[in-house]
Amino acid sequence: MLLIRCPYCQEMRSEEEFSNAGEAHIVRPPDPAALSDAEWGDYLHFRKNPRGLHREIWVHTAGCRRYFNVLRDTVSYEILEVYPAGVSESDAPGETTP
Amino acid sequence: MEKYSLLSLFRHARRHHEGWPRAWRDPAPKEAYDTVIVGGGGHGLATAYYLASKHGVTDVAVVEKGYLGGGNTGRNTTIVRSNYLRDEAAHLYDFSLKLWEGLSQELNFNVMFSPRGVMSLGHTLQEMRDIERRVNANRLNGIDGEILTTAQVQKRVPLLNCSPKSRYPVMGASWQPRGGIARHDAVAWGFARGADAHGVDILQQTEVTGIRQRNGAVTGVETSRGFIGARRVACVTAGNSGVLARMAGLRLPIESRPLQALVSEPLKPCLDTVVMSNAVHCYISQADKGDLVIGAGADGYNGYGQRGSFRIIEHTLSAVCELFPAFSRVRMNRQWGGIVDICPDACPVIGKTPVEGLYFNCGWGTGGFKATPGSGYVFADTLANERPHPLAEPFALDRFASGALIDEHGAAGVAH
Repeated sequence: MLLIRCPYCQEMRSEEEFSNAGEAHIVRPPDPAALSDAEWGDYLHFRKNPRGLHREIWVHTAGCRRYFNVLRDTVSYEILEVYPAGVSESDAPGETTP
Repeated sequence: MEKYSLLSLFRHARRHHEGWPRAWRDPAPKEAYDTVIVGGGGHGLATAYYLASKHGVTDVAVVEKGYLGGGNTGRNTTIVRSNYLRDEAAHLYDFSLKLWEGLSQELNFNVMFSPRGVMSLGHTLQEMRDIERRVNANRLNGIDGEILTTAQVQKRVPLLNCSPKSRYPVMGASWQPRGGIARHDAVAWGFARGADAHGVDILQQTEVTGIRQRNGAVTGVETSRGFIGARRVACVTAGNSGVLARMAGLRLPIESRPLQALVSEPLKPCLDTVVMSNAVHCYISQADKGDLVIGAGADGYNGYGQRGSFRIIEHTLSAVCELFPAFSRVRMNRQWGGIVDICPDACPVIGKTPVEGLYFNCGWGTGGFKATPGSGYVFADTLANERPHPLAEPFALDRFASGALIDEHGAAGVAH
């Protein structure tokens, strides 16, 4: 069971209140029509799925209902960092966007 | 390989069972092989077995970082069925089910396949409509299926709570009589023994740490026991497929999550079929040695820890108690998680990658065990002929560019 500190509510709450929304910092292509099918498919479906540090989006479903980012280890499940949506990747180590 | 038979049992009994040979060798890795299969689970060993037995490709090594069948092969709920909705998936899984039916004879190893029927309960009008659609789709594909009324369900499973007063009343079910369960370890061992007899080297405790390439083609794998050269590398590593793909500089349309299961203390026979429910989410059967095998859901987030979240257990057991009030006093013995590789369309990825000579067979997600022989068969055929087996063709990696996804999420009678 994860305990997650919501960066808006500033409270440590149980995993049950939250939902995961997948990999963070995926930028929607500004002009989808200009992409090839392979590039569009890559944007839609392909993920880093790392064994180790993972930046992901969570939403406080049963709380403030706002989205935020989490840096979590997918092996130990330790949460290293929580930061609001819209904030660019922090300097903390982890999966960075190429 | 010594043939297992009544005669051999008798012969060894006279020697107090002290003379049984080991079922497979423990060879040192050679410098190079024609084909290296990464992953010594059911799918990888089945691939090796069919490569050697059907295609005569025997210069093969199966590289396994732990022990055989220690991953998802040993961590699932052993349900075998083929009542999938989409044509492509239905054909592949039914092909596999047909192999299951003759597998013990084929391998001369008792995989304890027990076609005791698989029942998927419907609790709402919409679920009953979905069940009718799926059963009819199955029949059009030549797959057995029936729709049961509540009374028929109750007759088959007396312990099931079919009261109209229950919170989610049972309105009926789909029923696949040819479905059932099998012995998970035996499948891995049977394929390992068969592959070894054909000359395949099974290398346990050998972890792949890198995939070596030259000019866009694989040349072999780096392992904890040194470099092993190979013309073809076939990755069958389930939850760790993303890790292998990264070694080759690729990404896959796959996310890895723990899927949990539990077993209870052994009970006297009380449940002689497999019962699944999407709406309350549980699936349950009774193994031949008496313990109830209970499948839980997958975590809602990525993870490689082979355990899973406690709230999932709570959710599943509340569903079990709702459906089978008599089980509320049963004690659970063990709980574990396996890392399942989930594709966006809940269907596998079988075939080539952009790197020449590098193949993947992954993405089986939450339902790979039932496909073990079929997966190995079509993947071996794909490797040996360097073109997709007709049943595997719709499952190529390029479907994520073409958009020809085979949407089985929630369509095939399981909801995670």
